[in-house]
Amino acid sequence: MNSANHNILQIKDLKKYFPIRKGFFQRVAAWVKAVDGVDLEIEEGKTLGLVGESGCGKSTVARMILKLLEPDEGNIIFRDQDISRFSEKDMKPIRKEIQIVFQDPYGSLNPRMTVGQSIEEGLRILGIPRGEKRRGRLEKLLKTVGMSPDSADRYPHEFSGGQRQRIGIARALSVEPSLVICDEPISALDVSIQAQILNLLKDLQDQLGLSYLFISHDLNVVGYLCNKVSVMYKGNIMEYAPTEKLYEHPFHPYTQTLLAAIPEPEPGRKQAAITMREDIPISAPPPPGCALQGRCPHEAPECRDEKMPFVKVGEDHFVRCWRVGQNGVARYEP
Amino acid sequence: MNHQNTLLSVNNLKVYFRSDDTLARAVDGVSYEIRREETVCLVGESGCGKTVSALSILGLIPQPPGEIAGGSILFNGQELLGLGDEDLQKIRGNQIAMVFQEPLTSLNPVFTIGDQIGEAINIHENIAEAEVNARCIQLLTDVGIPSPAERMSAYPHELSGGQRQRVMIAMALACNPDLVIADEPTTALDVTVQSQILKLLRSIQKERAMSILYITHDLGVVANIADRVYVMYAGVIAEQGSTENIFRQSQHPYTQGLLASLPTRSKRGQRLHSIPGTVPSAAYKPPGCPFHPRCPHAITRCREEYPGMCDYGGGHLARCPVMFKNDQWCK
Repeated sequence: MNSANHNILQIKDLKKYFPIRKGFFQRVAAWVKAVDGVDLEIEEGKTLGLVGESGCGKSTVARMILKLLEPDEGNIIFRDQDISRFSEKDMKPIRKEIQIVFQDPYGSLNPRMTVGQSIEEGLRILGIPRGEKRRGRLEKLLKTVGMSPDSADRYPHEFSGGQRQRIGIARALSVEPSLVICDEPISALDVSIQAQILNLLKDLQDQLGLSYLFISHDLNVVGYLCNKVSVMYKGNIMEYAPTEKLYEHPFHPYTQTLLAAIPEPEPGRKQAAITMREDIPISAPPPPGCALQGRCPHEAPECRDEKMPFVKVGEDHFVRCWRVGQNGVARYEP
Repeated sequence: MNHQNTLLSVNNLKVYFRSDDTLARAVDGVSYEIRREETVCLVGESGCGKTVSALSILGLIPQPPGEIAGGSILFNGQELLGLGDEDLQKIRGNQIAMVFQEPLTSLNPVFTIGDQIGEAINIHENIAEAEVNARCIQLLTDVGIPSPAERMSAYPHELSGGQRQRVMIAMALACNPDLVIADEPTTALDVTVQSQILKLLRSIQKERAMSILYITHDLGVVANIADRVYVMYAGVIAEQGSTENIFRQSQHPYTQGLLASLPTRSKRGQRLHSIPGTVPSAAYKPPGCPFHPRCPHAITRCREEYPGMCDYGGGHLARCPVMFKNDQWCK
């Protein structure tokens, strides 16, 4: 992928393996390849969607970007600095720049801290002294996310899920980050509230020029919000493209299946047939080659040998599939 | 209003939950009916009473704290409310079966799936073990489990999420029920698996000529599977009608708001319509129409008087007199 410097974040060949330990001596019996060579890039002021099914490693990627997990291999380049080997101390100024909004607005706020205390923690670390100035900043933040300033003295249990998610967003914004990782920020919310939070995220991006990494399993939401999309499956990025291209001309059989499976809120619409086989949990280590083997309807012998490189099939459009030709022509019958 | 083909009819059902000082009216006068061989969706947000109303059909509401405060539930002409445990047991799993949301917690981890499907058959029918086994294998085949005979001795943890839900469906089908209640059966599953389970439910429903009461919050799923839809809000039915009615001619501001707020790719770049405010809690419902504090069309009367259902014909009803063209307050 091109390394143009308008990228706020670029990830190259990121890997994280978790050991499975067995027996009395906790010998490492196998490795789970949670993230197995992931490349991502997020443009300044834009939104990258990271989609995939549960367990595909999307949240592990998020945690590595924040350095909540140490990557095993690969580079995380934030504004021309490779932060992948940064120490805690080196990370401190970077943490201010990269913030996260979590999925569960119930679990991610401390129930014994007032909303104000939760949000102020960031301001305190920034070195803004207690008093008028900090209070003013706090009230401004609450207003930005559409909450009344007097919510600062109340506790999380007094708020609904949607309001708590607003508080979570205010907390992330308190240190004035430039990149916000949104890890399934609306999937725990009611349908009528989801739109409120999506609108808020959009407004904030326009006002503050934020860049987002938007992690989701919901292709309707990603198609609505994101500029570009990376599709992840079992620790690998299978396809990366601008949203329009990905939805109009998906190359990868996995992307095609995901898109066909979207339940569209439109009656009478014929659902495309899903030809992909169901995933069966196996205890044996996965075979080499494509992560999708065993499920893919277009599988060929070459898919079982070696992991496919990420191939360019069009402008900004990359696919990891042996059966897709170099020139953007699918070699199998789609 | 009963259709001649009615299998189950719930009439003015009220289920309340009492705590020390509050009374939560979780289901507050709900009526719906399910006809033979149709799929009915009960759609609504969390806490709107959709699950509680379904659990009361099977007598699964713990009392106390719950109480059935009124109404009736007729199944095949028989009143289910007030039925003793023994009589209910004959219906549960036999004529009415249930599929729950989370297959991993609703399957027993220490029994094989063969044991668990067989259990349902053994409770209701007195047949030889070999026959039970043969029937279990057939059921697993019907729900699309590969190599079913070997899978009989598998434990739940050896199956994928989608396969576990298939096993749950096989259990529900074990005694050939007339009605299957499916409570968010695909919410915990990935989209590709969800679409396969929906396909399975559709084909089983046709083959076995049974009825499905499908509970969900996902309008995409509703459009995909339902023949008729009931939209619930704060313990009452806000709108009901055919899937076509609800998605293309919705008359209730809540339904309209829900549909407009769905993010889709076609709305890219546009601001999403959003319903202001939040869902009221069952214990503190506003007077009059429960939706009025969030409704863009609310008038003074909505704050004072509980609105009736307005009939748009052809089974399409909406509880909103303001949107009704006839200028009359529906009763």
